[in-house]
Amino acid sequence: MAKYFLIESRSPFDSTEVTHNYQLASDLANAGHEVTLFLVENGVFVTRSQASVHSFNNLEKVALLVDDFSLRERGIELSEVRSEIKPANLGLVVDAMAEGQKVMWL
Amino acid sequence: MSKKTLTFLLMDAPFEQARVTTAFRLIEDALEKGHDVNVFTYEGGVSLSFTEQKPHPNAVHGRSVVEEEHPLPKDWIAFIQEKAKEKGCNFNWINCGLCLDERGVNDAIAGCERGGPADFLVWAKNSTSTLVIGTK
Amino acid sequence: MKALQIIQSAYRCTVEEQDDPVVWFAQVLQNNGGEIDILLKGNAVNYVIAGQDSSGLKFGKWQQNQPAKLDLDLTDCLKNGLGIYIISEDAQDRGIPTDKIIAGIKTVSRKELPALFEEYEQVWHW
Repeated sequence: MAKYFLIESRSPFDSTEVTHNYQLASDLANAGHEVTLFLVENGVFVTRSQASVHSFNNLEKVALLVDDFSLRERGIELSEVRSEIKPANLGLVVDAMAEGQKVMWL
Repeated sequence: MSKKTLTFLLMDAPFEQARVTTAFRLIEDALEKGHDVNVFTYEGGVSLSFTEQKPHPNAVHGRSVVEEEHPLPKDWIAFIQEKAKEKGCNFNWINCGLCLDERGVNDAIAGCERGGPADFLVWAKNSTSTLVIGTK
Repeated sequence: MKALQIIQSAYRCTVEEQDDPVVWFAQVLQNNGGEIDILLKGNAVNYVIAGQDSSGLKFGKWQQNQPAKLDLDLTDCLKNGLGIYIISEDAQDRGIPTDKIIAGIKTVSRKELPALFEEYEQVWHW
């Protein structure tokens, strides 16, 4: 099974395509792959626990990370972020690339 | 982690999208970790290395051109080139030649070469990983 | 190296470029020894419709004489050995009539994407 590292810089508030991208992450995980979804830039607007994003609820098998700089840039405090999403450094993308994961910017 | 070769394709023009900044953050991190890095720019991305980028003052903020210290992507590239040397990493930058021509931005800073998709293909074949950062 | 090119951004600069720059890029890679296929998603699924016509634009005395012909470009891709897929749900959502889709296009559902990706060493999402 492969390792997929998916980067999402938009949110469903920007484009309905993003909902399909979440579904892709879920489908890859359900197919037995190890999947990370890394949220960055305006992609982080789904992370507030009060955000109205229902398409985010079927990602139980996906590791969910959010760029700490993008959160800080938008004044989103960690206490506001959904518990299943972990703040992370962007360098994890580089580490995934160096590991030879399939890294895709959705 | 041992030294790897990572290739990036950048497609966004400067001063338009946050993806440019994020791409530079990734490149900086890759060099910091000692990896060799290739960057191929396509479409608007070829303007990132254009020498004629100029900083400007910011009257709204009440700052002179010196005080404003306006970021320029061409300078970011130069600083990253310098960092790559310090870290002993190979750092290559190729701009799509046809994209340069149609935008009139051929005058790139030193170290940024002219090439084409075939160069990118060679890099991709010889890299541990390739990340395309397309425009949306 | 087998690489899948996923294209979602559609009709972005096709008048200026007189083609889609990522479809063009894929063709160049193929001509230089790459093993390239294309997956069209989102609005880009409409690229497979026959009879697209962007001709006739005039700005002052300038007239576009070589407008983009995306359907013909994709037909050329098929002739050159590139496989072209569209996501069936995206086509259905946009009401794309199947009888207007150019010959040789393969459809794949979203659920089938994980298996499709496994056929490629690299997957590049443009």
